[in-house]
Amino acid sequence: MAAAHEEAAAWSEEAARRVWGGAVPLQVHLHDADVTALPPPPPFLTLGPRIGYLPLLIPVIKAHFSNALPPGVDTVWFEYKGLPLKWYVPIGVLFDLLCTDPERPWNLIVHFRGYPSEILSPCEGEDIVKWSYMNSLKEATFIITGNSKSVMNMSQADQVALWESVRKGNLGGYKNISTRLKLAPFEEDGLVRTASTERQHQQSSDEPESPGFGKPCRVPVRLYVRGVQEDLEDIEDAMPVRDWESVSYINRPFEIRKVEGRSYITLGHALQTLLPEFFSSDTQNAEEVDSAAGNSDTTDPSRSSQEAEPASVSLREAEITKKAKVKLVRVQGIELDMDIPFLWVANNLKNPEFYLHICVYVSTRKQ
Amino acid sequence: MGGSPAGDGTLSLDGFNASAAALVKRWKEIEVDDSLPDWTWKPCSKMGVPSEVEGYLALEGVYRDCGGSQEQIDENDNSDGADVVACDTWHSLCPFPLQVQSCSDNVHVYDFHVVYSYSYKVPVLYFQGHRSDGQLLTLDEIKQHLPSNSLKVLGESKWTFITREEHPHLSRPWFTLHPCATSDWMKLLLEQSKVAIEEQSLLRYLSAWLSVVGQAVGLKIALELHCNS
Repeated sequence: MAAAHEEAAAWSEEAARRVWGGAVPLQVHLHDADVTALPPPPPFLTLGPRIGYLPLLIPVIKAHFSNALPPGVDTVWFEYKGLPLKWYVPIGVLFDLLCTDPERPWNLIVHFRGYPSEILSPCEGEDIVKWSYMNSLKEATFIITGNSKSVMNMSQADQVALWESVRKGNLGGYKNISTRLKLAPFEEDGLVRTASTERQHQQSSDEPESPGFGKPCRVPVRLYVRGVQEDLEDIEDAMPVRDWESVSYINRPFEIRKVEGRSYITLGHALQTLLPEFFSSDTQNAEEVDSAAGNSDTTDPSRSSQEAEPASVSLREAEITKKAKVKLVRVQGIELDMDIPFLWVANNLKNPEFYLHICVYVSTRKQ
Repeated sequence: MGGSPAGDGTLSLDGFNASAAALVKRWKEIEVDDSLPDWTWKPCSKMGVPSEVEGYLALEGVYRDCGGSQEQIDENDNSDGADVVACDTWHSLCPFPLQVQSCSDNVHVYDFHVVYSYSYKVPVLYFQGHRSDGQLLTLDEIKQHLPSNSLKVLGESKWTFITREEHPHLSRPWFTLHPCATSDWMKLLLEQSKVAIEEQSLLRYLSAWLSVVGQAVGLKIALELHCNS
């Protein structure tokens, strides 16, 4: 048992090292309108940490382009294929969501003027990035423990040190402080539970006010759902995202309820709970409704049970499942199998604000 | 379970929906002093599929002049509507359609949305205002309408009181009041009087919440909302 624990801990450490070490090679081009030098400056190559944020790269990017910039006040923002990038979304998530290829290096355009303030919330400097991070951490803490006290009560020095560790990608420094927040790893549901831990588990779900006691039962999850054409042969040929309205952002904790007879919760099950619209209770079912609509004369034996159901019940559901189906799930740049334990994913692939960011590609029928 | 507020100051999704429906109904029944527009329920949609259970409350088209008072406008006169109301000559000659009846540049139009936070299990206020030319108001302009107490808090805590963040359902930046302490003060508010009747207590959550949150952004709420009738 102890050996198994040690091994699991070693795996978790390895996973954290890889998540923290992950980076997206970026090739940053200066927007034409901002170029005031001839010849125009060459693009800037850098590594964007997956867990980092674009505005944190501004100082080095600005230094590179400094000779070509127009005089005046800079309002820096980034663009990919016409889409202004949300600075508060981690770089790795932006890449997984927007870059289907995935192209390397990732070609971004940096603007120093004309901030699209109707689309992006203001970003005037590093301070706001820090607060955006701290607010997300506070929210995740509330989800896990039922209140935000452990973050609110952090000393100023600890807050600064925590942010510095995230900003610099210093995993050791981060661990020193974040473990004090007592957002302990989520309990692996696959493990055998004794009666006492079971009772403790029960208590914690009844009393969300007790931080540090028992095991957390809500997992902070942020989902980004984008549509791709249904008839797509290769996901790399997906149309680029043109506006943020076409991405569904779902900031919702996953609540773990113990299900009789289920050994552990899979990623697929968690996604099905969070996005019921895009899963039919039985995938086959949706296919059949689909083919039935197409007036197919298939004689599948399972069809009879489908037809026996009152049509009105499944009509709406069928309409939705017909519209969209999950095609691809990406977390930290990895295309994940739906059968892996959800809690393993949450414990090992989360970002430093304790959120698990999941990019979901669903296929949608052409309008 | 129903949807009655939990004792810890939080609200379930069902509770929020029920409380919102009660608020919409009660708001129509009472005489709102300042003749504010009605609250409406807006369903959310995911990938173009409208949700049957998820939505948010909206109070849109609240007019304010720089004195901070509220006036009603016609309900169909929303911010992006193309209604042109005859004004004086100068405005009629404007090259773009005017969206506001007032001839004064001092009039600002506000929209207020109440969105359920799954994380904090409480309602969260999002709001934005625009000028007569359709331009969104900046924080500095919004400050003109904030009560002095809010200005004081804003001065002390720039990042944790009113901030500009993404509206969870519109994917655009709106002003928002930070919800992290909401359940704490809601718990205190709801403890003060114990009402047994479920419907009453359902309405009470949002009306009590609104009495505090409205005050923070200078949105006056009629007392009758809180009275039994």
